Amino acid sequence: MKKIKKIQIKLNGKLKIILENLTVKNLVNDLNIPLNKVAIELNHEILDKKKLNSIKLKKNDKIEIVHFIGGG
Amino acid sequence: MKKDNLVIAKKKFYSRLIVGTGKYKNMRECARAINFSGAEIVTVAVRRVNITDKKKPLLMDYIDPKKITYLPNTAGCFNSDEALRTLRLAREIGGWKLVKLEVLGDKKNLLPEMIETLKSTEVLTKEGFKVMVYCNDDPLMCKRLENAGACAIMPLAAPIGSGLGIQNKINIRIIRKQTKLPLIIDAGLGQASDASIAMELGCDGVLVNTAIAKAKKPFEMAVAFKHAVIAGRKSYLSGRMNKTLMGNPSSPQKGTI
Repeated sequence: MKKIKKIQIKLNGKLKIILENLTVKNLVNDLNIPLNKVAIELNHEILDKKKLNSIKLKKNDKIEIVHFIGGG
Repeated sequence: MKKDNLVIAKKKFYSRLIVGTGKYKNMRECARAINFSGAEIVTVAVRRVNITDKKKPLLMDYIDPKKITYLPNTAGCFNSDEALRTLRLAREIGGWKLVKLEVLGDKKNLLPEMIETLKSTEVLTKEGFKVMVYCNDDPLMCKRLENAGACAIMPLAAPIGSGLGIQNKINIRIIRKQTKLPLIIDAGLGQASDASIAMELGCDGVLVNTAIAKAKKPFEMAVAFKHAVIAGRKSYLSGRMNKTLMGNPSSPQKGTI
């Protein structure tokens, strides 16, 4: 049986271990984040939320997920 | 009476009070204060989602962006790159094009960094954003922002969160005279009467956060600001009487006994 590899990424500034070949869509679903209320950036590039299924995360990727909070 | 609406980037608003959503005890209090203020536009900040606490409530659960216009800001940005990145992300959240640009120059006084602000205004305008710009009360710089395509000029009354009220009325009057763009006082107001003063100077609106959020009774203060803005606006439109040095009796002199 093929062993599933794990990789390290940086999610919102914190290190996270994930399964190799995980898509951004999988990650967002796992985190239970409502897609319509966030924006996602991968290695400083804003992602099209319609294409998250086709984007696989790689080792050392930096992903930022942001939303609106209270501010003046 | 003629309808007197605030128009920003071709969008009509009945309220001339814009409120910030920061510094409240919780989102429930914030939502109630907005309701009491009658504001139709609220500023919001863009920040990282809390990954560890998935149950943390979201702002959108309390303030419906379909009913209240969200005005994403760039609070906490100290250069153009950071501000552009923030607003591009804000747009991606749900198509927000009307934004508040705020590039700060100093962590202590929170005064705007105008060179970076001007640079950002030019880029954002070209990208199709409608940019409301937080800026210094400098008429020359305000003119340059207007030429760069800003959709509203938002000079400070005093440093952000200071509550000092309008420090340079002369400059605000000069800016009023030179621009037809919406002129909105942003930052530094401390109490409701400060809003009336801003409106009597001819401003089109005011943006208030800390003065409401940090009042002992935020809901009462929200109501006070709502009425102060209306009073100031009506006073401005009514045209004040002339000032005289000496007294002028209100009752007729003729027929006194």
